[in-house]
Amino acid sequence: MSAEAAKIPQPAKPSVPISKWLPVVLIAWAIPGAGHLYLKRTQRGALIGSATILCFLFGLMMRGAFFEPQTGDLLLTLINVGGHIANIMTGIPYFLATWLGYNQPDVAGHVHDYGTKFLVGAGLLNILNMVDAWEIATGEKE
Amino acid sequence: MPKVNLSHMEASILLALLISVVLGVVTKKTDKERLHYGLYCFGCFLATLFGLGWLMKLGHG
Repeated sequence: MSAEAAKIPQPAKPSVPISKWLPVVLIAWAIPGAGHLYLKRTQRGALIGSATILCFLFGLMMRGAFFEPQTGDLLLTLINVGGHIANIMTGIPYFLATWLGYNQPDVAGHVHDYGTKFLVGAGLLNILNMVDAWEIATGEKE
Repeated sequence: MPKVNLSHMEASILLALLISVVLGVVTKKTDKERLHYGLYCFGCFLATLFGLGWLMKLGHG
């Protein structure tokens, strides 16, 4: 019986209109944690927003470098374009930093190297924040 | 913007902490589960850090 029931096609969930989740995702991208604040998930938004922004600020204070979208062989392209996308995913903090003139060249040293990873990590964390905000906006999560 | 100089260990632990907070918050449904998963992730990061650290030390002699 249960096997037969599993074969019966379930009705598809009604799709959530794009106007309901796109603004949330854009807000979540622009300001880390703001998507959750917009959805009235204040504590979660404050926690993940502050963690992401702290990650970005430590990256700046360690004088990490932003990736430029250079192309070349496959690995070079993957690292640089991927790193650049991850940097952009931090949202307004990234554009603010570049607009205010932050332009650290990629130099040797473990502190600079960690800084670069912190800057990329902040972007990746913000992608997680955006996905979580999208799940809340579409009703897949509380 | 002040400049900070962290050691390998300090920087790794800080990054582990920040990632664990976000992973804990976004992956679970209740606050208790979030706290447990965040602590679990942080513990895994620390175990990996110490494990790989010792492996590299022993490997280099």
